[in-house]
Amino acid sequence: MHEWFNKDSIFWRLLSILIFFSAWEIAGRVPISPAFPTFIDTMEGLFRMISDGSFFEKYMITLKPLLVGVFITCFFGITFGVSMGLSDRIDWLGQPVFIVLQAAPVSALIPMITYVYGIGFTSKIIAVCILAMPVVVLNSINAVRNANTSLIEMSRSFQGTRMQEVFKVILPDASPMIFAGLRLGVAGGFVGIVLAELLITPTGIGDLISYHRSVANYAEMYATVLSIILLAAATVRFFERLEVRLFRPEKQGT
Amino acid sequence: MAAETSDTSAKAESIVEVRHLSKTYDGRVRALEDINLSFPKGQLTTLLGPSGCGKTTMLKIIAGLLEPSSGEVFVNGKKITGPGPERAFVFQDFALMPWATVLRNAAFGLELRGMAKNERNEIARKYIAEVGLTGFENSYPRELSGGMRQRVGLARALAVNADVLLMDEPFSAVDEQTRRKFQEDMLALMEIEKKTFIFVTHSIEEAVYLSDQVVLLSRLPGKVSEIIKAPKAAGSPDEIRRDKVYLDTVEHIWQTLRKYLEE
Amino acid sequence: MKIFGVKIPMMYSLLIWVVLWEIVGQMEMFLVIPPFSGIVVAIIEMAQAENFHDAASLSLYSFAMGMLISIIVGIPLGLVMGKIPAADRLLGMWVNVFLSAPLSSLVPIIMILFGFGQTTIIVTVFMFAVWIITLDTCAGVKHINPSLLEMGESFGASSWQMYSKILIWAVLPEILAGLRLGLIRGVKGVIIGQLLVALIGMGELLTVYSRGFHMEEFWALILFLFAFALGTSWLISLLERRIEYYAGSRG
Ligand SMILES: Nc1ncnc2c1ncn2[C@@H]1O[C@H](COP(=O)(O)OP(=O)(O)O)[C@@H](O)[C@H]1O
Ligand SMILES: [Mg+2]
Repeated sequence: MHEWFNKDSIFWRLLSILIFFSAWEIAGRVPISPAFPTFIDTMEGLFRMISDGSFFEKYMITLKPLLVGVFITCFFGITFGVSMGLSDRIDWLGQPVFIVLQAAPVSALIPMITYVYGIGFTSKIIAVCILAMPVVVLNSINAVRNANTSLIEMSRSFQGTRMQEVFKVILPDASPMIFAGLRLGVAGGFVGIVLAELLITPTGIGDLISYHRSVANYAEMYATVLSIILLAAATVRFFERLEVRLFRPEKQGT
Repeated sequence: MAAETSDTSAKAESIVEVRHLSKTYDGRVRALEDINLSFPKGQLTTLLGPSGCGKTTMLKIIAGLLEPSSGEVFVNGKKITGPGPERAFVFQDFALMPWATVLRNAAFGLELRGMAKNERNEIARKYIAEVGLTGFENSYPRELSGGMRQRVGLARALAVNADVLLMDEPFSAVDEQTRRKFQEDMLALMEIEKKTFIFVTHSIEEAVYLSDQVVLLSRLPGKVSEIIKAPKAAGSPDEIRRDKVYLDTVEHIWQTLRKYLEE
Repeated sequence: MKIFGVKIPMMYSLLIWVVLWEIVGQMEMFLVIPPFSGIVVAIIEMAQAENFHDAASLSLYSFAMGMLISIIVGIPLGLVMGKIPAADRLLGMWVNVFLSAPLSSLVPIIMILFGFGQTTIIVTVFMFAVWIITLDTCAGVKHINPSLLEMGESFGASSWQMYSKILIWAVLPEILAGLRLGLIRGVKGVIIGQLLVALIGMGELLTVYSRGFHMEEFWALILFLFAFALGTSWLISLLERRIEYYAGSRG
């Protein structure tokens, strides 16, 4: 019983969700705008899209470049980041580029990407990569830089080679933070794929949004937007849980 | 001589009375159980006991910062319901505002009462001088050592002119040498200020050195196990530290506390 | 990094990239990469062009308004969430959802609700910036040294004094950190909003330049935007450094 009122309990979550959706429902019934469907209308719209098959079909199209982009980002991001973390020279040369890319509105580059790579799959992957990469790289750098010095000194004092030091001490010690970077990278990837869908070509969920907007099916349009936001949040949350389970067992259950 | 002192202290009226005080955290941890104590006016009483026995809890209840689970606290005969101007707290971690100068920190209690700036700064300056920090009025806490920071905390508590000063291990975050000097200064200060001090420490020597009365607390649930009158020996600090009565009292307390550790 | 024993600050390496860019540009290897010197010329021309002035002032106005509303909403919301556990439990989940969500997907909705003009951009900036300000403020309140609050209480601070004399100052470092991140997100919000509306401000210029293949102008605008984003966040970080003394005295 006690547990039910804990911070992260189902009770508070459900209450929070209930209040949000009730507020939406009320705002839709007022209505605050003719283009603002109620929550129940939106859910009906969602079920219409699910039952005519368009919802999952479009999601498959959306998620493919996202997945590919995230895998590319993982591989190159971690490789870049770890090498910069290990080598001062590479770090000096490379890190500022990623700092700039992290802070700057890189979405402004998307019109040009479209121009160069056309409106296809490649452009979308690139959009995902440029939005996801900086945070993965920067986190990996910091993870390696912040590896426990006394562990490293321990390894040296036992005459460990640099290879052993990197693979047996630094990387294992850095992996929780690298993983945290991947989680942020996945969030960035979602931003990238949505931008790609809206700015490059609407083939997946972008198509759902723009088609239903053009025929004034606002319920379907809202349902699509809600679904992508919740999917992104749920995915990030999943990675958060995974991070705790894999790397920080002491925090489990909190 | 000793008999005479204890005689007067028995007659001295008490300013703080604690009656049947109990405190249970989260319905489980019994931190304090049925505490009855009186704190004589103008004297220094130490709460002494192993860590986790409820010293901070009791002090914060007296300060009005915590609600007791049952029982009550009277100050000047009136039951307390919260913090009040007749009590001032000195914090273990100093609780200084990092964005404010020494002067503003020391005057902060008066600032909260809405006293005019000139007036409160003048009072604060006086107490800053009294605790030996003249010249540091415009420094920031980060520029001071631990011992000096706690002097600011003390000046702030003195400035509001409360009757009772509540001090929670005020010297525990201070290194040993500074601590000894601070203790000696405390004794001198008590001569000038004539206030009632309630002092928490886990150092037996510090307790006996500074106190008129030492309250020994036992662990979980915290109960009063013994009250020891410790008349202050006369003479210089160094003489006191070699005084026979002082050393005997320290030894007696150690033997008592040792029993809890062996249990 | 050190060269001949002299430490070269990291950001200087960007100069090497600029030189590399110039070389690649001069060799005309890629259509989309004009020589850097050409871009610099374009920046100078752009700085005098009327359409740039219009776009810049329009964007700056939307940005400033959106940020202002974010601050007005975000800081009090964060303070309330930090102080009142029930508020945190009810709102915290949504703040976190919006923090990591692809908010650009909301822009089409904002567009049909608020039209194709300034208001949409302002609302977009707000949606991008407000959550991180709220979250950081809330985290700051939760990590405040509890004895500082007890100190205020023991000296009889009223709840207004508690907020105005202690809480807000103790949380200032986190508020500024949130503000810096909020500004960075806000700039992204302006650009994404304007790109999606496509008819106004920088978004219009970016679309026009890339469609008409004016690569020098396109890059000039990009560099300007990057510099603006980095410049504002740098200004805030200067402010943060001025109050860094908080950090040292926190437990
Ligand atoms: N806020 C709290 N919640 C639960 N238990 C607490 C809390 N504060 C203190 N305690 C417990 O109460 C007991 C007494 O604590 P405290 O008064 O801080 O002891 P002392 O100051 O003598 O070291 C300890 O066992 C401690 O764990
Ligand atoms: Mg304590």
